[in-house]
Order: sequence, then C-alpha cells, then structure tokens
Amino acid sequence: MSQQAESRSYMLNMGPAHPAMHGVIRLMLKLSGERVLEADAEIGYLHRAFEKHAEADPWNNVIPWTDRLNYVSPLINNAGYVMAVEKLAKIQVPERAEYLRAATSEVSRITDHLTCVGANAMELGSFTAFLYLLQAREELYRCIDKLCGARVTTSYTRVGGVKGDMPADWPDMVRAAFAKVRSTVKDADGLLTKNRIFIDRTRGTGVLSKETALAYGITGPMLRSTGVPYDVRRAEPYGVYDRLEFEVPVGETGDNYDRYLVRLAEIEQSMRIVEQCFAKLPGGPIQAPDDAMPGSKMADLGKRGMTAEMLKTTVAVDPVMEGGQRSCHPGVMAPTPDSTLPPKEEAYGSIEGLMRHFEIIMWGRGITPPAGEAYQAVEGGNGELGFHVVSDGKDRAWRVRVRPPCFFNMAALHELLKGALLADVVATFGSINMIAGELDR
Amino acid sequence: MSESHETVPQAALKARVAELKASGCNMLVDLTCVDFLGFGAGTKNASPAPEGRRYKLVYRLMELDTATGAVKRRVTLDSWVEEQPPVSVMSLFPNADWLEREVWDMFGVTFADRPNMKRILMYPEFVGHPLRKDYPIKKRQPLIGPADGPARERMTAADLRPRLIE
Repeated sequence: MSQQAESRSYMLNMGPAHPAMHGVIRLMLKLSGERVLEADAEIGYLHRAFEKHAEADPWNNVIPWTDRLNYVSPLINNAGYVMAVEKLAKIQVPERAEYLRAATSEVSRITDHLTCVGANAMELGSFTAFLYLLQAREELYRCIDKLCGARVTTSYTRVGGVKGDMPADWPDMVRAAFAKVRSTVKDADGLLTKNRIFIDRTRGTGVLSKETALAYGITGPMLRSTGVPYDVRRAEPYGVYDRLEFEVPVGETGDNYDRYLVRLAEIEQSMRIVEQCFAKLPGGPIQAPDDAMPGSKMADLGKRGMTAEMLKTTVAVDPVMEGGQRSCHPGVMAPTPDSTLPPKEEAYGSIEGLMRHFEIIMWGRGITPPAGEAYQAVEGGNGELGFHVVSDGKDRAWRVRVRPPCFFNMAALHELLKGALLADVVATFGSINMIAGELDR
Repeated sequence: MSESHETVPQAALKARVAELKASGCNMLVDLTCVDFLGFGAGTKNASPAPEGRRYKLVYRLMELDTATGAVKRRVTLDSWVEEQPPVSVMSLFPNADWLEREVWDMFGVTFADRPNMKRILMYPEFVGHPLRKDYPIKKRQPLIGPADGPARERMTAADLRPRLIE
C-alpha cells in the first residue's frame, strides 16, 4: 500500500439507528482503513425533559418517570429518587421497607447485568447466550410483575416507603427464579468465558486505565474492572446495606473482558444480598399508635370544618367494610400521615382515609419538604446514580438533578476507541452498557 | 468519610478546584446548576441567592481511595454565577467538558477558557435554554425542518389533564 493511501482518512457515522448500537446514539468515527483515529459521540436523541417535568409535578408523581431513566433496572432509580426526597424531608423509613428496597434493587441489578452481558455477547456473534440470558431475565421480570404489576414500569417506591408489601409467596418465586439464573449464568459462563472468539474480541480491547476512569468520573462495573473496588453500597452504605454481606468483585486490566467478568460475578453477589434480605426481613405489621383518633370522632370534626390538625393525626379505622381493618401498609410505609398515602383499604373504606388520601394527592397539597437541598447517591447498574433535589418548601421540587452514571462512561468513550479497530467499537460500546433513557433523561 | 460544603466566589472557583485536586480529590462527581428565579414565591422561604444573582453552580468532588474503594471525603462547592462567565475546569477534570456543555445547554450559563461549547442534549436549532425557570414547560418548538416553517398544532399532556388548579 502506498504511503498516500495509508494517510487518507474518512468519516463514518454509526447511528443514531444502527443494528449494532442498542440505543439511539450517533458515533462519529474518523477512520484510517479500519483503524479509529478519533471518535466523538452525539447524544440527546432520547431527551425527554425529565428534569423539567420533575419541577412541574408533585414529588410522588415523579416516581413513574424515574422508571424510564435506566429502564433495565428501574427499581434502583425508584429507590434512589425517593431516598433523596426522604433525606430532604427527614423521613424515617420502616426497616421492612428498607429491606424490600434493597432486595428489589438487587433483583433489578441482576436484570441489568443479564441484559448487558447478553447484548454484548449477541453483538459479538453469540446469539445463543443472549437468548439464554434474556430467558433468565424474563423469570425475574415475572417476579417483578408479581410484585408491582408491571415488568419494567415498576414505580414501586413511594416517599416514605414502598407501594405495598410483597406477596407472601414472593420469596419462593424469587428463589425459584434465582435457580434458573444460576444455571443460566453457568451456561453463559461455559459458552463465553473460555470461548476463543469471545476472548479474542474482548481481551485487550476497550482498555480503560485507572487514571482515565477517575479523571472522567467513571464509577460502577467499569471502574471496578480497572481494579478500584469503589461501590456506593460499600463505601457509603445506604438503607440496610451495612447489615448485608457481599463482595465487591474487581478486575485487573479494565478491558472489555474484565467488565464482562465483573458483571457476571456481581450477579451472584446480588443474589446473595436478596437471599439475606429475605432471611432478615422483619415481619409483622406495626400497630397504629395509642393516640390514634377514632374514625367517628374525626368525621364529626370534619363536618364542623375543624380539619387543620387532621392531617397530622392517625386514624383508627372502623371495620366499615370487610378487610377495612387489615392494612397492607404498616411496616412498609413511614408513620407520617402528612407525607404518605393511607392504605387503599382505608382510602376506600372510610371517609377519614379518603380525606387523607386527597390531602396528599391534590395539587398544591401533599408532601412539602422544608426548603433546602440534598444529594443521595445509590449504586445503580452502571455506577453511582445520584439524585440532587432542591426544595423551596412547596409540594413539588424546585430542581431535580440526576447524575446518570452512563453520561460519564459515554464522555470517556472516545478515549477507549482511539486507536481501536472498527470491529472493536461494537464490543466496547456494548460493554459500556449505555442506556439512552438515563443518558439523555 | 467527611463531607464538607462551601460557597466559593466565582473568581476563586477554578483555583479552589485545582487546590482540592492537588490535595487529593481525584474525581469530579458532578457539576450542575440551579436557577433560583422566583424561588420560594408564595412561601415563607426566602431565596438564598444574593442580590442580582440567579444561577448557582454546584461542583461535587470526591476523594476516593483507589486501593480500598473507600470514600475519604466529599466536597460540595457552590458558586453564584456573576456577569462574567465562570472559568472552565476542563483542564483539571476532562469530564467537565460534557458537564459544562450540559449546563450551558440547559441554563445558558457559559464557561470561559474552553473550546467546543455547543449543545449536548438539545439539537442545534433549538432556541433558548429549557431548564431556566422562565422557559415555559408547555412551549413547543419545531423538531425537524426549517425554523421559518409552518407551526404545528400539537396536543400536549396538559391538554389531557383535568384543569382544576393551574
């Protein structure tokens, strides 16, 4: 090849819609032959104005939108957002709800990692592993469906707790799903870990150094694959993570293969955490406090317009309908009537419950955290997922900032691709696990 | 782990970030902005913004022990944006490139001493900065096509919402 032909470079667009790029993103590659000289990413194709909408609706109404941030691990987003609001409003969450949040977050982390490993393998030619892993993911989605009524749009948490307690047979269902996940991970491990093609495509490609990772603010499995054992759950334990035993798997070289191994190992650790949560889950509903106001008295006061203090009191519900006394909420919602919805049985079964319900959901009422700001970081599927919330004392946020871990991974993508072959772009991009919903918000 | 929160005058911002980096803060965790226009209206809460100031930049730095993965400290720097644009910290932390672009895109707060300041989440033809408090949430702009093309009527989520309290 002549010197002249060697030095000629050209520009190649990958995306926004490209079969090997899951998610809408445009990569602009400057190529010389098959060698990538420079790379640049253009993002924003899935921008949905999450942060603007979060300022316009009451605090609890933002939760369904958090599902759509990282849509392969929505339960972690749900938990992260409400924890930031609770930090601001200083709401103490019952222990049972904390355990449920931890358990569901970990189930979500497994679905995230299964998707990433599966999609990465598929893009490198191993369609079988993809199908197996997604089948296992489907088992977990079925568990999530049973818990929240939706596979992906979970909206499971509420400010002050979680939407409802888990079904009685849920732990058994999850354990059965874990058996399936374990055998599938073993299969995938057998199909990929020692697979010559897979190793050739991933070993030594997309290498991320420790220094680059820190300089770009990269966290999560990508940082851990370089050998830095930073995990928010371990470094700054939130919820009940300080009471759970788990390991933080790390890699050595920071290449695509190490990221794959780290994710595979984390699946097992997450399953360990969920099993511990089920073993430690404190049971038994919490009884209404002794000074609860009888429902009949509250109705009388309400009729005379003396509603000022009503929001702050707890109601002892009369058994006005079957099941009216039974409540699914105590134990999983904070006992703060001015910020949490009453159980549905109460809302439908008594006028007091209905009033309390409306006090929370009506525009201009509801949760009003004091003016101030709070930052809460949780370990998302891709790293430190931070929520920075600012309140001016009204029923809706003044500002909600999401620190999406993907954003930082993508900002460093050009460093990983520089000097790589065109085919490595697919392997590297897959192992970054970009989720456009979270990246573009 | 220690957490600290400080307010830095804009002129000293970059120097303070450099100082923190030199003293061990090895990660810029986040950089964002808050618009305080009309903060606390209708409540007893006064806006924390000084006279004539509107935007607050929030820098989050972290000192991470790379051997153990422990967070030694987190530092939050607040800085009120003045007439002159703040100086970019891109030379200290390369991820500030995208973060500063996002702040400019969403709030219109520009940064001095850096190249390539362009929109990141919105498209180039977009007019205005959407996370500013005076940018109406219902405002629609044409997504594709020339700016002088015919305006399209669109149904918005607000059209479907019961109009009890507006």
